[in-house]
Amino acid sequence: MSDAHTSASGESHGSVGSYLTGFVISVLLTAAAFGLVMAHTFSPSGTAGAITLLAVVQIVVHLIFFLHMNASSEQRWNVMAFAFTVVTVLILVGGTVFIMHDTAINMMSR
Amino acid sequence: MAHNITADAAHAHEEHHESPVVFGFWLYLMTDCIIFGTLFAVFAVLRTQFNGGPNGHEVFELSGVGIETAILLLSSITYGFGMIAAHDNKISTMRTWLGVTFLLGLGFLFMELREFSHMIAEGNGPDRSAFLSSFFTLVGTHGLHVTCGLLWMAVLLFQTAGKTELNERMINKLTCLSLFWHFLDIVWICVFTFVYLMSVI
Repeated sequence: MSDAHTSASGESHGSVGSYLTGFVISVLLTAAAFGLVMAHTFSPSGTAGAITLLAVVQIVVHLIFFLHMNASSEQRWNVMAFAFTVVTVLILVGGTVFIMHDTAINMMSR
Repeated sequence: MAHNITADAAHAHEEHHESPVVFGFWLYLMTDCIIFGTLFAVFAVLRTQFNGGPNGHEVFELSGVGIETAILLLSSITYGFGMIAAHDNKISTMRTWLGVTFLLGLGFLFMELREFSHMIAEGNGPDRSAFLSSFFTLVGTHGLHVTCGLLWMAVLLFQTAGKTELNERMINKLTCLSLFWHFLDIVWICVFTFVYLMSVI
């Protein structure tokens, strides 16, 4: 029923099935992140890396299943704007952390 | 003849195009993304500046964060079901799902405010240390967004009351709020990962 709905209109507003798929994957990824931290399976840096990876995967899952991002021509500018934003945020966060860490070392405040 | 068919096809294609309103709102969300990026950068720099105050281990309660995450995740999918009903023009179903989403959002906000008031009551307010200042700013900004989303949802519930058909304008409004709501969920993924979980590792 829901699949027919999506294909009939060709619009990207999802179906019950796609929302449920996204939801189940998200729950698993969230549970994995919380589980890893609570169980102390890996070393602290290993856990940090693992939950970062889980967060990135979950963001992509949300973008695809909940925000209906895809490679169609209709979505091209949305994806373009998003890609530009991701680059901006990475420069912003990465640059800030890098500069402030360097400053802290040079000022010997740590 | 052939020309007419192509024109019709082009017209039909045109109709399914995303509204410029939705694209404009998407661009707003991207700028919001940069606001959150900035606040995350601030938190990343200040997360170890405790000034003799408590660290994340001492102030964060993971079980509460887990419940908040579950509520927000659930509210994302209930809003999604609402949007599906909206596209099928099932207005009462859509309003029910929106109502459920609203209550879940309210529950999330309630838990967050309770956490904040607990921390402030114990003397661990935003004035305690740079770490707590950046924590309250970041998570508080997210909470403020959720509050705005709830107000918006209440307005849309009010505007769709007693309607028998949803026009394109209303669908666009609902679509924009759905993008906003799902976007807040994405920000929350970063919050629980980089703020809460990272601080208690």
